[in-house]
Amino acid sequence: MTKNKKISSHRISSEDFDQLKDISGVNVYACYQCGNCSSACPAVEFMDIPPHQVIRMVQLGFIDELVKSETPWICAACITCTVKCPRGVDIARVMEGLRQLVLRSDFEHGNLCEIDEKLRKKLPQIALIANFRKTIL
Amino acid sequence: MQLSYYPGCTLKTNAKNFEKSALAVLKHLGVSVDELADWYCCGVCFSQTQDNLMQQIAPVRTLVKAKESGNQQLLALCAMCYNTLKRSIEFIKDDAEKLQTIHQFMDLETTQFYGNEVDVVDILTLIKQIGLEKLKKSIVKTEFGLKIASYYGCMLLRPKELAIDSADDPVIMEEILASAGCENVYFPFRTECCGSYQIVNEPDIVKDRAKKIVGSAIKNGADLMVMLCPLCYFNLDEVQKDIQKEDKSFQTIPVLYITQVLALLMGLKPDIHDFSLHSIDPRPVLKMKGLL
Ligand code: SF4
Ligand code: SF4
Repeated sequence: MTKNKKISSHRISSEDFDQLKDISGVNVYACYQCGNCSSACPAVEFMDIPPHQVIRMVQLGFIDELVKSETPWICAACITCTVKCPRGVDIARVMEGLRQLVLRSDFEHGNLCEIDEKLRKKLPQIALIANFRKTIL
Repeated sequence: MQLSYYPGCTLKTNAKNFEKSALAVLKHLGVSVDELADWYCCGVCFSQTQDNLMQQIAPVRTLVKAKESGNQQLLALCAMCYNTLKRSIEFIKDDAEKLQTIHQFMDLETTQFYGNEVDVVDILTLIKQIGLEKLKKSIVKTEFGLKIASYYGCMLLRPKELAIDSADDPVIMEEILASAGCENVYFPFRTECCGSYQIVNEPDIVKDRAKKIVGSAIKNGADLMVMLCPLCYFNLDEVQKDIQKEDKSFQTIPVLYITQVLALLMGLKPDIHDFSLHSIDPRPVLKMKGLL
């Protein structure tokens, strides 16, 4: 993310913002940036943008930056953030919405052939299907 | 008590020990379950999109089969299946428009489904329904001093609408194990995520989680860990070996499905367990404690 972005009304009414809202159904404006979600997230150390900042960036319309971020693909859909939010913001749904924004134009994220072969042979169905659900449209 | 049973994708393969021990335990407690004649993979992860009904079709088709079975309760052993089926019901029930669209996409299913006809139940809640007293009476092995760390993971507790117990401080597994005569080990990571499907693309996340979760159970004095999710199971059992390769000081702990422990305590035939499916062999500790 480049620094000192100007916030304009153009950003806030972007089409992607509306689409994200339709997909996720979440009112991100309820968030008051307490940071509970990020402190509870089990994968936050591996993310480039922590969950509370994701919500702030959605509020401000920085959708382009978010769809390029690694965060939605690091999220494990564990719903911990959602349960911990004192404002009832369903952060896990926003993460899903961001993944879907990408998948609905690119169809898949990452390459299935790149899964380490030794690991692939050991993996139970449950792991593969869950992964496909999140990385393929 | 008669109910239908939905196995899901992994209970017939990697998680055979879960299916076999759970069905044996229920039979011993006088509950008969009928596996659905026809079922489909639920998709594992519930789709959290508001606008895509396609991903609800798989769980709904299975729910239609459950309705056709005539039993009101549907047992889902796998925690992921439980979550997905339950959330799917929440998402479509009382929504005529969504239900109509989904039915239009289902060719083979003729039975109308409204969302409130099937009650999805997990095995812990079911055991409590059967009664902890009855469970206690069914136990034959006592005086063995087994210290167990119960790991809940995510899918039985989150989101709150379908939590089988408090999302922050659940006790249902500990209650069941205490009734069966075990000593419970509480450890801080018992409701934390194991990293889930990230084992496929980001195994380092799972390694990091497994190290913390397993390490915390060991530090608190557990002999073994029990759980109910085949994905948590893989991430916490199999991955321990990988962690140990990188870090020789890492201590391992056997991981079992909770029903395997109950079956052993009930004195049920040990050949229902295929111990070759365990990456960390639980036999030494089970023998030491007199359970094998
Ligand atoms: S927990 Fe909720 S209110 Fe707090 S920062 Fe996260 S989304 Fe915002
Ligand atoms: S759902 Fe995703 S963002 Fe939320 S706590 Fe879990 S891993 Fe973190």
